[in-house]
Amino acid sequence: MWEMIVGELNHAMQELARNFAHLLPRLLATLIIALLGWVIAYALKVVVRGILRIAKFDKLSDNAGATHILNKLALPSSSELLSRVVFWVVWLGFILLGVQLLGIVGLQEHISRFFLYLPRLFVALFIVFFGLVAANFFSRAALLAAVNADSPSPGLLATLIRTIIVIFAVTMAFEQLGLAERTILVAFAIAFGALMLGLAIAFGMGGRDLAKQFLERRFLKEKEDQKQDELSPL
Amino acid sequence: MDLLVGVPTHNNAKTVGETVQAIRAGLLKYFPRERVVIVNADGGSKDSTREVIAAASINDLQRSSELYALRTLHCISTIYGDDPATEVALRTILAAAELLRAKACAIVSPESTNITPEWIERLLRPVYGEDFDLVTPLYRRHKFDGLLLRNLVYPMTRALYAKRLREPYAVEFAFSGRLGSHLLEQQVWDHGAGGVGTEMRVTLAAMAGGFRLGQTFLGTKQHLDRSSADLVPAMRQTVGTLFSSLESNFQLWSTNHATEPIPTFGAEHDLTVEPIRVNRRRLYQQFGSGVAELEPVLKSILSPQTLAEVQGIAKLTEDDFRYSHELWVKTAYEFAASYFKSVINRDHIIQALAPLYRGKVYTFLLENRDASGEEVEANVEALCLTFERLKPYLLDLWNARE
Repeated sequence: MWEMIVGELNHAMQELARNFAHLLPRLLATLIIALLGWVIAYALKVVVRGILRIAKFDKLSDNAGATHILNKLALPSSSELLSRVVFWVVWLGFILLGVQLLGIVGLQEHISRFFLYLPRLFVALFIVFFGLVAANFFSRAALLAAVNADSPSPGLLATLIRTIIVIFAVTMAFEQLGLAERTILVAFAIAFGALMLGLAIAFGMGGRDLAKQFLERRFLKEKEDQKQDELSPL
Repeated sequence: MDLLVGVPTHNNAKTVGETVQAIRAGLLKYFPRERVVIVNADGGSKDSTREVIAAASINDLQRSSELYALRTLHCISTIYGDDPATEVALRTILAAAELLRAKACAIVSPESTNITPEWIERLLRPVYGEDFDLVTPLYRRHKFDGLLLRNLVYPMTRALYAKRLREPYAVEFAFSGRLGSHLLEQQVWDHGAGGVGTEMRVTLAAMAGGFRLGQTFLGTKQHLDRSSADLVPAMRQTVGTLFSSLESNFQLWSTNHATEPIPTFGAEHDLTVEPIRVNRRRLYQQFGSGVAELEPVLKSILSPQTLAEVQGIAKLTEDDFRYSHELWVKTAYEFAASYFKSVINRDHIIQALAPLYRGKVYTFLLENRDASGEEVEANVEALCLTFERLKPYLLDLWNARE
């Protein structure tokens, strides 16, 4: 009996040792891949940061208004943030590749999903960034045009344009990520429709007299001013 | 061919007939022995512009003015496209001039209804007879007319290109065949500005190329086209073109110092001072609201100190308001440097300058309300000297890394 127990224990120990001996090289390989991944990811981070600095990406980000948002969130500069994202994505990719070697059941499917999701993540980031660039450009263009045309509330007009474009971009990004697709689309459609309907009702009914007065004042005043103003810049 | 007169047109049927008659009269009266041609480059006029030009018969002219042509006077009309484009029109005329080997060419605006035959002689004679390469006009103006030219374009061009050329943006000018060929070779047309400011680019290219410049007094400047009163397009045509030229001509403007006078035929300036209706208060209000609304835009263009000074004067009352020469020059130079560095979209930089320019114009009107022509000239001269004195400031801004 005792001999049987000892024999079983020995067998179990041998099995464990054999399994461990099987696992050890894989574990080492995983660690090596993770280490190699870190080196490659770090090198890529340095290269990406350098390229972004040469391309004056921070200036572009400044112009887009992204820097302002990042400062408010106490995050680093755009080029630093993007290079860190590259570092983590690449390193995480290597770690997952290494983990795949361990042969853990069910993990492989999740890893493939992760890699399939990466392009969508980058496209979403791209959409948000260029949405911010477009929002900043068009709101500034509207602000300048309104100021030079002596229109009332140029700041409000610029903010409205910026908000609409940012909402568009964020909605598109969420759609790209596949996050609460329907909810966001429906919410956007309701919010946008309500805004437009509200404006239409406000201007069409509530502010009919005001709009009439405004248009009369605007165009009649302009003609009067033109008559008064005989200056030619050239 | 000895002489060529180019008339770029687009829907100018109302005025072009009169202009062409005056050109013909000028050519027959002052250049009867020369081989001459009038070239009309039309941008797809929908009215009867081309028919009016074709109908401006030489026989009518001879009967009315007793002028006789000793040689054939050709008048050629061509359509260069369906849309008006000054640069294409000018290039067409220049190509025709080169093809015909014209010794001297003049460009005349079809809207110059107050043109006289003498204008043709005054423009072409210095080029044809005295070997000048570019002759720009001088006009009799009201003291408050052409304020963008007098408060920014002329002083800044003079300070940077070291030439005292009064009208760097001219719709009437004459040039030699030599300069015409140079312009065709230099690709001054493709600056990505959508053909804006071509006339100014011609003047700047002549200055940068070291050509012999002259200016000639023509008479009263008449504004038929209301678009000349639109500030932002006018700024794009002149200030935008000047700013963009600084990049390619850096070697030239960063090294030249003393400004040269330009040989002048006739009066150098002639200002009239009759009363004129000007809405000064509107300019003051536009400056104030512009500075307040555009603060985030101005922050990216101006230095903190200059911005603070501009915001400071925006708080002053109408009577106390003064946009000093020094502050204005610093503003203009900081805008030029920001344009070079493309801190924001370049067209937005030009648009952002418009409200500040209104503040300077308000000061100009206030200071020169009762001034004589000479006093106005003295004021402009003082501004020019400030632009020249502060040129190192622009160089510092230009060479600063960020």
